[in-house]
This record gives sequence, C-alpha cells and structure tokens, in this order.
Amino acid sequence: MNFETIIGLEVHVELKTESKMFSPSPAHFGAEPNTNTNVIDLGYPGVLPVVNKTAVDWAMKAALALNCEITRHTKFDRKNYFYPDNPKAYQISQFDQPIGEHGWLEIEVNGEKKRIGITRLHMEEDAGKLTHTGNGHSLVDFNRQGTPLIEIVSEPDIRTPEEAYAYLEKIKSIIQYTGVSDVRMEEGSLRCDANISLRPYGRDEFGTKTELKNLNSFNFVKKGLEHEQIRQEQVLLAGGIIEQETRRYDESTGKTLLMRIKEGSDDYRYFPEPDLVDIVIDDAWLERVRAEIPELPDARKARYVSELGLSSYDAMVLTLQKPISDFFEATVKAGADAKLTSNWMMGEVSAYLNAQNKELEETELTPEGLAGMIKLIGEGTISSKIAKKVFKELIEKGGDPNKIVKAQGLVQISDENVLLEYVTNTLDANPQSIEDYKNGKDRAIGFLVGQIMKATKGQANPPLLNKILLEEIAKR
Amino acid sequence: MAKMTKEEVIEVAHLARLAITDEEAVHFADQLEAITNAMELLNELDTENVEPTTHVLPLVNVMREDKSIEGLPREMVMKNVKEHEGGQVRVPTILD
Repeated sequence: MNFETIIGLEVHVELKTESKMFSPSPAHFGAEPNTNTNVIDLGYPGVLPVVNKTAVDWAMKAALALNCEITRHTKFDRKNYFYPDNPKAYQISQFDQPIGEHGWLEIEVNGEKKRIGITRLHMEEDAGKLTHTGNGHSLVDFNRQGTPLIEIVSEPDIRTPEEAYAYLEKIKSIIQYTGVSDVRMEEGSLRCDANISLRPYGRDEFGTKTELKNLNSFNFVKKGLEHEQIRQEQVLLAGGIIEQETRRYDESTGKTLLMRIKEGSDDYRYFPEPDLVDIVIDDAWLERVRAEIPELPDARKARYVSELGLSSYDAMVLTLQKPISDFFEATVKAGADAKLTSNWMMGEVSAYLNAQNKELEETELTPEGLAGMIKLIGEGTISSKIAKKVFKELIEKGGDPNKIVKAQGLVQISDENVLLEYVTNTLDANPQSIEDYKNGKDRAIGFLVGQIMKATKGQANPPLLNKILLEEIAKR
Repeated sequence: MAKMTKEEVIEVAHLARLAITDEEAVHFADQLEAITNAMELLNELDTENVEPTTHVLPLVNVMREDKSIEGLPREMVMKNVKEHEGGQVRVPTILD
C-alpha cells in the first residue's frame, strides 16, 4: 500500500520588542539568568498584565505579511497548565479569536510553486527556559517568561519534508523582511513543532497524527519528518495503529522517541482572560500597520526577474535573506552590473560566508567596495582571476578596490606588445608543447597559458592572451 | 441532567494538581453534579441574539507603550525561591 504524507507546522516567533508582552521588564536575549523579570512575569498575587501595543502592531504586521485576514474584535484567553517554566500556571494566549486567520504563503520546490495555507496566527507569551542538569534537577531562567510570541499554524497542506523545509525558509524570510523578529533558530527566536500523519492514497480522512518536538534547526525538521514518515509507514504496514502522541527528535540518532500521549485542548481549560479587556482594531489602525510593511521577498524576486533580468532561481536565492538582498540592491545602485553582482554574491561572497561561518554584516565588505571591484572587471582593468585576490582583501580588510589594485600592482596586462613578448619567450622555451599541440594535444595550450600566467603573476588579460598565443603557434 | 463521575473528578483534580482521596472524589462528584446541573438551568434561556460577554467593563484597547523598566535585582527574585543554583531556580526535573 502506498501512503500520502500530511504535514502541518506550528511555528513560534519571538517578537523583538523592547519590553515583554504583558509586563515592562526587558525582553532581550542573552542577559544574565533571572535579571529581566518582575512581579508580573513571576506570577505574584495581585499583579495585573497590560498589553504591549507594539507587540499587537507587530503581530498584525506579521499576519498581514502572511496574507491573513485580521480579526477586528480580538481577545486574549487563559491556557492552564502546570510546568516549572511558567510560575503563573497559565499562559496568556488566544483561543477562538486569533488576531490573524486564513493566510497563505507560496513555496517553490524543484521548480514547482505551491500555496500553503495558514490557519491562524495568534499572540501569546513565551515561557521561561528550563535546563535539565541530568541529576534529577532542572534549572529555570525566567528571563524569557512573558516575551511576546506569535504562533503561526499552517494548514495540513504540506506533503513532503522538503516542502516543510521550504515553508520554514519562507516564513523566516517574510518575518525577517517585516523586521518584527530576529528569527534566529539558534537563539530560539524561531521554533517549530511538526504534525505528521499518513493516509492511503485516495482516502479523504486524515490518519492519526503525531507531533514532533525538539526540532532545533530546519535540517532537523526535515530529518525528523523523514524518519517519522518511515516509522509510521512501517507501523501501518505491519497492521498496527498510530497513537496520537508527542515524540521527541533525537539529534544524535536521527530518530523520534515517545515523549507523552498528547493532551487534548480540553485539558487546558481555556477561558477568556479576565485581567485583559478586548482589542478592537479599526480601519485606521489596520491601515497604519499595513503601510509599514516593506516590499516582501516575493515582490522583490519578481522585480529582480522583470527589471534586472535575473533567473528565477537566482532571484529566489538573493531575496531569501533580507541583509543579502539589501546588500545586492545597494551594490547595483552603486553602479555594478546586476548579473555580475548576482554571480559574485551567490559565488564568492556566499562561499566565503559559509567557509568562515559569518554573516555578511560581520565582514568588511561594503556595497561600494564590491561595486567598485565589479566595475574594474567590466572595464578590463583587472581579470576575474585577479578580482578574487582583490575580493579577499575587500571582505577581510575593506578599502577602495581602485587603491588596492594600484598598490598591489594588479592591473591587468592588456597591452598586446607586452603580452607578445611573454608569448614569444614562453614558446621559445617550450618547443615540445608546440609539437604536442600540433599533434592534436589541446591540453598543451593550457600548459602554455599556465606558464604565461605564472610569469605575469596572473595579470595577463585572458582572452587577449589566448588570441595572441594561438596566432603565434600557428606561425611556427 | 448530566452525571458527574468519580473518574471525571479525579481527572480534573489531576489537571489542577490537587491530591484527593477516592472518598473525596465520590463526595465532590455529587457536589459538582449539583453545581453543573444548576448551571444548566441557564441553557433554558434563549441567547440566540446575545453577544458573548467576556467583560462587564465598557473598555477596549487598554495598552501600554513598549518601554522597558529594568528587571528586579536577582537577590529579590530569589527571596521566595526554595532552592537556587547559579542564579537559576532549582526544581525537580519533570520531563515533559
């Protein structure tokens, strides 16, 4: 029997507001444990929460960017549970009137576009951070308690682990463009749980789903889903049944392990939050927030294709991360050719960042520097090969590419007479190569070019050198 | 009239982390049944055109500006904490 995989994702995004969702304590990552809390976060008796207006603005902004309809009359609800990460024993969340509903985003996998629905986007508060020490105790840091969160729940429209990966990349990208979160999975400002079930092809009802947790990178989401897909298939093929349960992804083995049988929503005993009044969003508020949404990745991508003539794939890669896309645009604005800039960004720049494990803003490279260098290539002042040397200097130390080229004597040799002299000397010194070439060994040319490049320290203008070399060999 | 079972009471007590005995569960089941039945009287009313009321106050959009105030000193935070270690609260591990 063949099964169809059904995946839905729940994504939590921390908003990077200055203060918390319902209290004025600082909401920043990385502070000393338990220094960013107050009596509201700690759930002291008699305290009252007050809604952070910016957090509502930003939740609305994210919802609009994800094509959600905004709920004009919205409210908060209390979700009750006991766990040491939350001293109040309840989380203020939204139950039946989430701020955003019926949204969607578009993903592209293997060249195929697909729309993934977003069921809802709601506001809530984060819990504290637990560290299990492994000796029967856990340590709690309440700094994160109360940090504004949005939870984005997808429709069960995702069919493969690859689509799940693409969906996450897209959410991250869109939220990054709106500027409401750092969306850094390694710092926990973006987190993901995955629901997955299988059903025989052709059947309408969904099978029983399991929920995967502890998915700490996009790659682990993909791997966890791949493993769970196979596990469920094996259980079903053996005539077993899938239990509705929460499973934990184990990074070291790549397997999923049973955590607990899933609690039903009834168990949380949701009820309207008595300490907070409703939120009513009028047209003026909605339009003010809508006006603050910048150009989003899909729009930029379309513009790169139609206005700059880039391929759809290149445009997609360049627009995925806002800092990269902004840098690209600034470089083109500084006068560099778009196609060449795109090649450099996706080639050398990307390779350098990957190798050094750095973000673009952590390097010395500036759009002006890169644009200057690309212009030097275009003018024929330096070869692409030499440009790599200049590039290394620019990204590590910064500076003006014109000055670097001059100071290091890297200007390309495009003077035919000078090149002719190198060619003549090299041919004189390598009669065997000439003979090899005439006997049909094309590789001999490569050897000769290599010799001349070595002699010119790589500064010979390659097309010109080739032309002269072939002419001279023909004469011998 | 709805019936409240001992099992339901034990389940709810567990969710609220209340330790009750079997006898208490039976006792509370009777009491809770009387309470929920009394509440069910409300179902006799026609609420078709009545907006759900979550607050009696005629207020909406009570919000504050996003300004932060320095957190409490950690020594203060730890004053009501039974056990702590390295500035963190120490609790028994509950694997969720």
